Amino acid sequence: MEYNDMELMISLASRYLEDDSIVVVGTGAPCAAAMLAQKIYSPRLMIMFEAGGIGPLLPSMPISVGDSRTFYRALSASSMPEIMETCQRGLVDYTFLGGAQIDQYGNINSTMIGTDHKSPKVRFPGSGGANDLGSLCWKTMMITPQDKRRFTEKIDFVTTPGYLTGPGAREEAGLPANSGPYKVITNLCVIGFDEQSKRMKVESMHPGVTREIVIENTGFELLWDDNLKESEPPKKEELEILRNEVDPYRYIIGRA
Amino acid sequence: MENFNKLLKERSVTYKPAGDGKIYTDPDADRAREYFRDKKPRKMVEKLTTVDTAVSEMINDGDYIGVGGFGANRIPTAVLHEIIRQKKRNLGMAGHTATHDFQLLVAGECIDRCDIAYIIGLEARGLSKVSRKAVESGAIDITEWTNAALTWRYKAAAMGISFMPVRCMLGTDTEKYSASMEMECPFTGAKYLAVPALYPDVGVIHVHRADVYGNCQIDGIMIADYDLARASKRLIITTERLIPNEVIRRDPDKTVIPYYLVDAVIEVPYGSYPGNMAYEYFSDEDHLKEWLKVENEPAELAEFMDKHIYSAKNFNEYLDKIGGMARLQELRFQENLIEK
Repeated sequence: MEYNDMELMISLASRYLEDDSIVVVGTGAPCAAAMLAQKIYSPRLMIMFEAGGIGPLLPSMPISVGDSRTFYRALSASSMPEIMETCQRGLVDYTFLGGAQIDQYGNINSTMIGTDHKSPKVRFPGSGGANDLGSLCWKTMMITPQDKRRFTEKIDFVTTPGYLTGPGAREEAGLPANSGPYKVITNLCVIGFDEQSKRMKVESMHPGVTREIVIENTGFELLWDDNLKESEPPKKEELEILRNEVDPYRYIIGRA
Repeated sequence: MENFNKLLKERSVTYKPAGDGKIYTDPDADRAREYFRDKKPRKMVEKLTTVDTAVSEMINDGDYIGVGGFGANRIPTAVLHEIIRQKKRNLGMAGHTATHDFQLLVAGECIDRCDIAYIIGLEARGLSKVSRKAVESGAIDITEWTNAALTWRYKAAAMGISFMPVRCMLGTDTEKYSASMEMECPFTGAKYLAVPALYPDVGVIHVHRADVYGNCQIDGIMIADYDLARASKRLIITTERLIPNEVIRRDPDKTVIPYYLVDAVIEVPYGSYPGNMAYEYFSDEDHLKEWLKVENEPAELAEFMDKHIYSAKNFNEYLDKIGGMARLQELRFQENLIEK
């Protein structure tokens, strides 16, 4: 079956969310990935939204992480502190984040472009809950297009911590131990993080993608897994459920 | 435990300034106690008023405000419009996912400083050009925080203490441009970030039901409003409907904001429009889209604001202008998922 980049990224992401775990998601692709995971791989995956929704039976894609769909027939309609404190207590396994820039340690910028905080060249919305989730959840994932502008040696503003400056830096800063970036899923490849150096390491490339293409679209030196694989493309079942049940109006998958 | 007791003797708590941002509100818990002792009503009296009276009497130029809800969900739109109409100036604002609320107050030129966690964006809908320009140009002074940091700053104030140790923001530029302090836990030696209590001069919250004294019920998620209500020096409540005190007493576990926190109560049906009000009506996505569109042209924005806010006498007139009961009924259908 034919598929676009967004469908590919969402399908790949959905396979990483283990059953009987907890994920905090925002709107858009991460929400679609979590919904898809629930329908195929992880029926008991618990979805939370940072404004307070816990375990909704999502009738459709929310437009805000606080709209009423995020607690439609939910287990609990709680609060923002309840969700954030659950993350801080160490109960949340996964979260998904996005951003304008990311570096080799998985640090994310969603605040500004430029060098002067008082008068940035471009201002983005800011952290919201991103820094909190990236600080406090066990494993942080990203779904993002990959290009040189976005995957850059030095990001203009560290909104959300990845592994900061390398091994031990999160712990040194006071962040919870053994947490941090887990997978970055792009339109070209799936990237993990090297256990020793905490730098990005390509684990699989999507069908038709070469090392050269990945390198051309990355502004820093990548590590390569010894076992470099080809990513398994979306399965028929994934595409059908994604198109018919998760995102029938193509709000997300239509963006590719 | 023995180890803790030993540590307790050996360690002194150390603090290190972590950010170079400004604190816009006084975190002092004793001064807040005195304020609450002297100014908060203990007597259960009727607090019904109107939106224009509440805004003119309770919100002063220069005040710092905390807005309930979450961007375009359960926001007190009627009060926000009235703040714009009365041309309140130099307000400070807590921006924990402030979307349409921030967009409104910036367009009305009411804000000059903001504790930022998430502003400018309207989540999946796109970015507000006017909000973005206000921040990029430096017209609004900002200090960086996160959603959790702001909700915990409210929580510290609600607890009556002057700071809260938290584990977010550490090691980042978000920390560097905040007004926090790094500290060591006196018991374990772990590093924490101390964030200052946030006592807004005025809190404004839209609720589902309230009685005339200000006892309030909220359906669905609370977001940060449990703590915002308790942290606010003055608290304005708008409510979808007024209910008799007897209904409150029949179901006391539903009361999330008791009367003694509240200074003003106003019934405003559809008061969160164009935002979403859980179990009542969905957000008006067409209207929010129009807002984002007219922001591209200053003249169009001025005309749009004149039509919907300045030339409207009150919130009911605004609701008439956007299509009245027919449109509101469509949004009720959407909310109840009659149309997904």
